[in-house]
Amino acid sequence: MADLSSSIREEAKKLLKKGEADVIIGFEKGSLPLCATPCFIRNEADVEKLIWNEFCGNNLSRYLIKAKGKVGIIAKGCDTRAIVELIKEKQVQREQIVIIGVPCEGMVDRKQIMMRCQGNKITNVEDRDERLLITGDLLNVAVKKDECLYPGCQVCTNRNPVMYDVLIGSTSEEQQTDEFTDVTNFDGKSSEERWEYITHEISKCIRCYACRNACPLCYCKECFVDTTQPQWVGKTTGQTDTLLFHIMRSIHLAGRCVECGACERACPVTVDIRKLNRKMSADVKKLFDYKTGLDIDQPAPLSTFKPDDSEEFMLDI
Amino acid sequence: MENKDTNWEPKIIAFLCNWCSYAGADLAGVSRLQYPANIRVIRVPCSGRISPFFILSSLQNGADGVLVSGCHPGDCHYLTGNYSARRKFALLKSQLENIGIEEGRVQFSWVSASEGGKFAEVIKKVTETVKALGPAKRLVKRCL
Repeated sequence: MADLSSSIREEAKKLLKKGEADVIIGFEKGSLPLCATPCFIRNEADVEKLIWNEFCGNNLSRYLIKAKGKVGIIAKGCDTRAIVELIKEKQVQREQIVIIGVPCEGMVDRKQIMMRCQGNKITNVEDRDERLLITGDLLNVAVKKDECLYPGCQVCTNRNPVMYDVLIGSTSEEQQTDEFTDVTNFDGKSSEERWEYITHEISKCIRCYACRNACPLCYCKECFVDTTQPQWVGKTTGQTDTLLFHIMRSIHLAGRCVECGACERACPVTVDIRKLNRKMSADVKKLFDYKTGLDIDQPAPLSTFKPDDSEEFMLDI
Repeated sequence: MENKDTNWEPKIIAFLCNWCSYAGADLAGVSRLQYPANIRVIRVPCSGRISPFFILSSLQNGADGVLVSGCHPGDCHYLTGNYSARRKFALLKSQLENIGIEEGRVQFSWVSASEGGKFAEVIKKVTETVKALGPAKRLVKRCL
């Protein structure tokens, strides 16, 4: 990781020097252990701030939409998938951005580590290749990185950047997992069980909209939950209003969600938002043979159609 | 809304496209075909006009079932409205079932202007299915 950081710094310096980018969006050390904070580097002297480690989970493409001028962005697999979609939806111009691709090996979930440490205060984290050495006042444990990855990272099959101008380091090995086992498992449950699970999750939601704000593809200037004329969704945190918000968000993201997990990371009350988005991704793959964020020339599934699309769901009369 | 009385009849909202299904319903009417009187028809210009919000709002505000019906693929007055709608509905239906809304609450069909008989059949089938499911409880908005 240390050598990746230094290569990123070098590359960022080069871009700023040559004037190929006015700003570099990357990560700096967070104020707490287990954290990395997004940062914006505008001059060469600040380049040293840039870091790269297993806590750089945030999807930085979120910042591209409002960025002005030429932007350099440090992007892992999911960030580049989001960039592909943003370019496709004409929110970002390809010429305006320089993508510094970084192959990813999965990002470590801070919350899982904190759970393992049972609430003890963590003061320092050391990177020991496959393990993290976590120390605190009453703490000294080694945790395997693989065991604490974000749920999205565990099933990710595109860890390498799909589009980049510069690639840092060598490509990581892609996971060969059956990516939708979780969806199939959930489908196997009865309607009652599913309803119970979803309503339990939804009951936690406080409608802070952090999921929407962190999502790189939720860029609408006016979101449907914010409009009052017409008021599409009730404003309460009651079960049906909240559920409606989540259903509609998943529908709006169907075929656009790149499964970066930004929504889930941002959620302060750990609602299982991926349950809804994953289902849509699985359906889009199954029905329209489309995987989000991989091909810049393939139109988004809901912006197009085929005359022979599946009609299995329709009334059979 | 509670299923206390045995004579409970479901309320079903039917979104019918102006050019085919609404005309189909009209034909069923002028042909004096019998079908259950449980549907409340809302005429829309095209099945592509229907936002998932319409369907969800119906369920939230006390409909026991929702039917969406439009022109057969290839017959859309606006050429491609129903093709786009078909993709949208496939995902919506799957998502509703995923979160645990009973299968059959929300249904989709194609009925052309000449299919009065089919329209009556569709309404019979939808009413039967929703009746078997009982009153909708899961997405209904209630006063606390």
